[in-house]
This record gives sequence, structure tokens and C-alpha cells, in this order.
Amino acid sequence: MRAQFVLSEIFIGLRRNLTMTVAVVVSAAVALGMLGVALLMLFQTSHMKDYWYNKVEVSVFMCTKDDATLHPATCANGQASQNQMNSLQADLTANQLVQQVFPESQADAYARYQQQSAGSTSGTSMAQYVTPDQIPASLRVKLKNPSTENIDAMISSYQGQQGVETVSDQRTILQPLFKLFNGLTVSATTVAVVMVGLALMLIVNTVRLSAFSRRRETGIMRLVGASNFYIRLPFLMEGAVAGLGGVAVATLGVASFKFFLIDRVLAPNFTFTSFIGWDKVLVTVLILIPVGLLMAVGASALSLRKYLKV
Amino acid sequence: MIRFDKVTKTYPTQNRPALQNISLEIERGEFVFVIGSSGSGKSTFMRLILREERPSAGRVHVAGKDLAKLSNWKIPQLRRQIGTVFQDFRLLPNKTVEQNVAFALEVIGKSRPTIGKAVPEVLDLVGLGGKGGRFPNELSGGEQQRVAIARAFVNRPMVLIADEPTGNLDPETSVGIMKLLDRINRAGTTVVMVTHDQAIVNQMRKRVLELDSGSLVRDQSRGVYGYVR
Repeated sequence: MRAQFVLSEIFIGLRRNLTMTVAVVVSAAVALGMLGVALLMLFQTSHMKDYWYNKVEVSVFMCTKDDATLHPATCANGQASQNQMNSLQADLTANQLVQQVFPESQADAYARYQQQSAGSTSGTSMAQYVTPDQIPASLRVKLKNPSTENIDAMISSYQGQQGVETVSDQRTILQPLFKLFNGLTVSATTVAVVMVGLALMLIVNTVRLSAFSRRRETGIMRLVGASNFYIRLPFLMEGAVAGLGGVAVATLGVASFKFFLIDRVLAPNFTFTSFIGWDKVLVTVLILIPVGLLMAVGASALSLRKYLKV
Repeated sequence: MIRFDKVTKTYPTQNRPALQNISLEIERGEFVFVIGSSGSGKSTFMRLILREERPSAGRVHVAGKDLAKLSNWKIPQLRRQIGTVFQDFRLLPNKTVEQNVAFALEVIGKSRPTIGKAVPEVLDLVGLGGKGGRFPNELSGGEQQRVAIARAFVNRPMVLIADEPTGNLDPETSVGIMKLLDRINRAGTTVVMVTHDQAIVNQMRKRVLELDSGSLVRDQSRGVYGYVR
């Protein structure tokens, strides 16, 4: 195998069809970039769906020591006592609307918060300064019938009790963000599917053109007994180079999505939840590389089967 | 070297077979002319030897191998033992004479030193020593055909197939090409040549196979082109 010979063949081929090569790189980049954005959104959604999100509807947060000044009406004594929490838990368990109650201590809540913030740029900096006694203990409540009226009834009956900092409707807090991310995932996936189709067709046609413009060479190669692999390799490599070019451009797109949209727009405006870090961007790119290569080389191979008889 | 056993080839879109029940044997080192009018099956005959087509019935053996049993990935190995020359030369216009000949060795993965030695040798053999740096369009038709023969022969194949190699050349140049093919044949390579050139066939007095509408109508050693009809 003569590497230099194969390399020169690849670049001759790419240069000869420069406009088609550019078209392939751009459409592959858009396809892979959209795929990358969809992946990032999926990572973000699962990152935000914390431990309690899928289990409970109402969370009753107990007072911490800082709440004596922040919420003087119900937290005048500062940190809620274990007795207050126990009696509240008994009360909730007896409630007609409640199916189950999960108590979460301050230590548990702290551990979960640290875990959740790991890998997030906005979260990590904050997590360094937070101590366990700043994070409230809570009673997480699962309702028998989580209708809006029932949730409202729960909030109005427990909000204002002594030792309770606040009662929140677990779902409505993150709902707008989830809607945004789900919308982004669906639209990015739709564009990705269309663009992948487009990129595949372009690659098939580019390889077909390339095979046609080099039919003299391939004809001679066939006659003198070059192996099928040797005849096809330059075309496959052409596809691979174009596919990798697409991955490179898509990486820029995914990185700027993370940098401009997530870090600059979303993170400052939604401080109550944490966002994915650059490690997830890396994972996304590592997924895009084989997908891009497979797409390009697969389409080339398919095209060669049809248009390059050996 | 080449053996046909009751070979019939029918193309899918045609009713009449291109070759019908052909049996023949070409020995190692023979020089054979294949003649016949257009559509008589000469091209199909060549394509069967190169395994570009498979017979509809019967067996083809080339260089000791039964082509029916040859798997697809072994076809390149077969073709390395067969050199091929065409009427239209089929040289690469953007490569020099040397590069054109070297190309045949490069693409089968020969090493650079091997190529560096074999290419000048074969160019000397075909009488193009010193013209290795020229481009095909700077050469005469006869010289271009010599380059094509050099390319076909550089890997020292056991069989050389020539499809009307003199079809585009004037009679004088043709004689030069025939002398070259004769010399290659005398060195031990089997030569199978398809031609319409009566003068050449009559002059050379080699074995003649005549095809007519897909049938072998004549197999004559030291034959001539044909009888006046």
C-alpha cells in the first residue's frame, strides 16, 4: 500500500469537485450541528430532572438558620426543629390528598446539590460556597391525584405553618425551561433528520461525479489487477475527509451554542437550576465524530457499489 | 493456458447468443489471431478471458484456474497475469510515459525500487528508451501504442490480449507493432490478438480462430485471413 499515492489521489479528487466538496461539508456540518444541539438539550433535560422531579408534586421546605431574617413570619426561631418536622410529616401522612411523604435531611439535600452541580460551570462556583446548614431540609410529597386544585390546596394549607419556609409546586418551577428544551430538541432533531438526508444525497452524487471523472484511471486499475479495496479507497477517503470537515464545523456550532446561549443567556437568567458543563459538549463531539464518519463513508460505499464497477 | 469448454454466452437483453458452444485450447507461448466481422463475438471472447463476463454455460480456464470457481476478490490476481492492449491506447494524458507505465505497478502495490528498475527496462524493450519524460500527446500513434504495450507487459504477464492494436495505425507503423508483439511472444508470453487487418494475418502465418455469429467456424494453424468470397 503506497500511502503517498493514495493521499495524492484523495486531494486531487477533492479539489476536482471543490464546489461539491464544500456543499457536502456544509450540509454535513448543519446536520451534525443540529444533532449535537439536540444531544446537548437531552443532556440538559436529564441534568435538570433531579432526583425528586419525577416522583413528587409538592415540596415543603423547612426553615434554615438564615431564614430568621428572610422569612420572619414562620421562621422566627431560625432553623426548624426536628420536632416541627416530625409533626409536619405525621400531619402530611394523615392528609387525605397525600399518597406518600419522603423526608430529606439537610445532609442528604447537600449531598444531592453537590452532585447535581458537578460539571456545571454556573453551579460549580456557587457550590463551593454553600454549606449544609444553608440548604433546607424538606418533605417531598406525592399526591394521590396531582390536579392543579389539589396542589393549590396543599400549598395554601401548609404555607404559613411554623417552621415551614415555603411550599412549592415542584412541576411549575422548571416547566417553562423544560418546554423550551423539549421544543429545541424536537426542532433540532427535525432539521438534523432533513439535513442528514440531504447530506447523504450530496455525498452519493459527489462520489458519483468523482468516480465518473476518474473512470479512465479506475478502468486501467481494474485491467492491471488493482484490488477492489485499492480502487475504492481514494473515494472512501474523500468521503471521510469531507465528513470530518463537517464534524469540525459542527463542533464550532455546538461550542458556540453552549458558550452564547447556555452560558451567556440561560445560566444568568435561570439561577435556580444548574446547566450542563463543557464535559457534555466533549461527549457530544465524541458522538458526532463516528456519526459523521459513518454517514460519509457509508454513503460513499453505497455510491461506489452503484457507480464504480470493479 | 486458455481453455474454453462448450462455452455459450447469452446477454440478458438478447435472444441470440453472443458466443455459442465454443471449445478451444490455446497453449502456453502460442500466438493466436482472432478474426471475424463486427458482432461475431470477438469482444465477448476477450471479456470472458478477463472474467469481465461469466459464461451462461460451459467452463473457461485461464492460467490453470477455473474462472467459474474464482471468487470475486481473486479476480485482480487473475488480471495481473493478463496484459491488455486496446485500439485506442487508453493512456492517461496528464501523466508522462514513465508515469503511465509506473501507474500499472503502483496500483498493485509494488515497491518503489521495483518500479524504478522495471519501468526503464520495459521502455527499452518497446523501443522508447529516452522518451520516458514525454506526455502521450507528444508522441505518434505508434509510439503511444508502444507505451500501452509497455504498460501491459511491465508486470510480465503470462498472457497478452491485444484488441485491434493496429486498428488506428498506418500499415508501416503496424508492422513495427507486430514485430514488437512477436518479440514478446518469442520471450514466452502467450499473445491473443483480435484484428481486422488482413495483411498482418497473412504475413504472420500464425494460428487463426475465426468467429461468425458467435460460432467458431475456423481454427487453423499457420492460417491466413480468409478466402475471397
